[in-house]
Amino acid sequence: MTTTRTSLFQLPNGGESVGSSAFLERRNSAAQRADEAGLPSFEEEIWRYTPIADLDVSKYELGAPGGSLLDFGLTNGVDENAAAVIHIVDGQVVSISVHDEAVTVLTDGTEFENLIGSVTQTGPDVFSDYNFAYCSAPIVIHIASNAVIAGPVLIRQHTTTGGLAWFPRVLVDLGENSEATVVEHQTSPDIDALVCPVTELKVNQAGRLQYLTVQEHGPRTWQIATQMAEIERDAHLAVSQIALGGEYARARIDIKMAGQGSSGDIRAIYFGRADAQHDFRTFQRHNAPHTNSNLLFKGVLDDRSRAIYTGLIRIEPDAADVNAYQTNRTLKLSEEAWAESVPNLEIENNDVRCSHASAVGPIDQDQRFYLESRGVPEDIAEALVVRGFFADVLDQLPVATISDAANTRISELLALEGPGQQR
Amino acid sequence: MTTLSIEKLCVEVTDQQILDGVSLEVSSGQVHAVMGPNGSGKSTLSNAIMGKPGYRVTSGSITLDGKDLLPLPTWERAKAGLFLAMQYPTEVPGVSLRETLELALRARGKTEIDVTSRLLEEAVQIGLSPELLDRPVNVDLSGGEKKRNETAQLAVLEAEIAVLDELDSGLDIDALRACAERIETMTDSGLGVLCITHYHRLLDYLPADQVHVLVDGRIVESGGPDLAQEIETNGYARFLKSDVESEGVTVSIEGLGASKKASNPNSDDPFADPLA
Repeated sequence: MTTTRTSLFQLPNGGESVGSSAFLERRNSAAQRADEAGLPSFEEEIWRYTPIADLDVSKYELGAPGGSLLDFGLTNGVDENAAAVIHIVDGQVVSISVHDEAVTVLTDGTEFENLIGSVTQTGPDVFSDYNFAYCSAPIVIHIASNAVIAGPVLIRQHTTTGGLAWFPRVLVDLGENSEATVVEHQTSPDIDALVCPVTELKVNQAGRLQYLTVQEHGPRTWQIATQMAEIERDAHLAVSQIALGGEYARARIDIKMAGQGSSGDIRAIYFGRADAQHDFRTFQRHNAPHTNSNLLFKGVLDDRSRAIYTGLIRIEPDAADVNAYQTNRTLKLSEEAWAESVPNLEIENNDVRCSHASAVGPIDQDQRFYLESRGVPEDIAEALVVRGFFADVLDQLPVATISDAANTRISELLALEGPGQQR
Repeated sequence: MTTLSIEKLCVEVTDQQILDGVSLEVSSGQVHAVMGPNGSGKSTLSNAIMGKPGYRVTSGSITLDGKDLLPLPTWERAKAGLFLAMQYPTEVPGVSLRETLELALRARGKTEIDVTSRLLEEAVQIGLSPELLDRPVNVDLSGGEKKRNETAQLAVLEAEIAVLDELDSGLDIDALRACAERIETMTDSGLGVLCITHYHRLLDYLPADQVHVLVDGRIVESGGPDLAQEIETNGYARFLKSDVESEGVTVSIEGLGASKKASNPNSDDPFADPLA
């Protein structure tokens, strides 16, 4: 049966989804749900402070002929040791190369259809519903049980065509008692495009997953990203972000400690320049006892850039013996920069240790004075202090090559050309 | 020959006068000690010399070989030849010592100094474990390690005049001796030292040519090494007493104490340096 709907997003002529009829029906109903819901309003708390009212989806079209790979930026050189490298440009798979037998990359088939959407098929918002409906080149990465993957699985998702809207989707299914690192690298040049990635992370019992997102969008690209994770018994997940670009770059990071003894870390560094706006919405959900979570975000805002951080720690009644921490620190380098930081706690159990800390301010004047008192010129001293502010987060990220490259990029952004750099 | 000259220096911190007409002159090869009880303005003196934000010079002058330092930002005072060894060296995460010193030396045109090898030499000489040189500046260093680190930096930067702000605080005797003797050696090759201290023991290893007693923002007495010895034996009571005796004419001092207390209600010490 064909129904006529006016969707915010239309597949281009000739464009069609592939898969079983049951899968296509799931996608179709996601589109209907999203169309009925419509775009969100900034009056909703979760969209508060955002420029969502400025989003004009009629500017964008789904589907593009596919372009060429862009510069590899911060993930340059990571390929050498990678367990797998996946290149997707404008929603089309360019190449998939797998170098580790414990890693399987699926793009269709029964197992793919069973896994995709298994962490989140509905919601949490209209963009993730549209993602399920219209995702192009969705990828499932399955890692066998009892495997230790030494090198990272690297996914480059490049957006190269102005006016394109697309919905990247990745699901990582980490087998029991396995260990892996996955890097998702979002890149676009200076084009007006809309990218709405959804990442699903399924960390099975006693698994240990590091998931790092590197975001190097151009200054006119919008990103509305959603990351949903379920962490099973005794498993550990660390999700990290290096967010350097975008006009409006949103990431909702929602992790659930679902099994007892599980733990999750969320870390991010972000750097805002010109009129960029970073928007982070985090959720640390403790649904099981003996669970831990720890969040550390560090942001630097220059020029007229803006940052929003809202974070919720939610502890369910059955979740006893929980430690949950949340820290968001923002440095403002300019009077015109703006930041809002809103931490929230919802605690339904007495046996918990929780803390949240949030600070927005200028750079540490004592640190700057110390460096100046050695004879370091004041502008360089300030840049060193700012770069050093990111150091503890960078040190915790999973791929040293990327942390080093990020450190160098931050030095460049701060016009710092040190003779030797150290994190 | 380099001379740091401080004349009739008055300094305010958060609108309170802390230094009230301090005059001193330190030349190459000399060691001048400034001793005083807590809250007398010792740290304010060192911070004002280095131009720390928040320390406002209301009158008087600080010059180096006749060059007015007051308009200069901190780093240019360092470039001119000053070094401040801090009482509590600040931890600077993510910034290496080597990079800091290379940038500092580059800014003063001394690119011929090999920072890596010089730092290693100085670390070995001062008893600072070389692997600590790879840490970010001062991060996770013990109190003694921080002071050894300050001393090593002083040597590598080849400063003309060093201001040592309570170098001895928090130091065990071995570290104290190592730092003081290294600095004493530097004075032989021309370093001038303004050594600010509460206690005498640093001067056992770094003998002072001149000792000045700072009380309530004024130098109340100057003399030779004997003066430090007298303070070691008798404390500061004699100098404080002279203030009490002249209480009738120094209403401002009492008022100063009261106003300090008012602005710093959480401090147990009404004379505590509000920015210390």
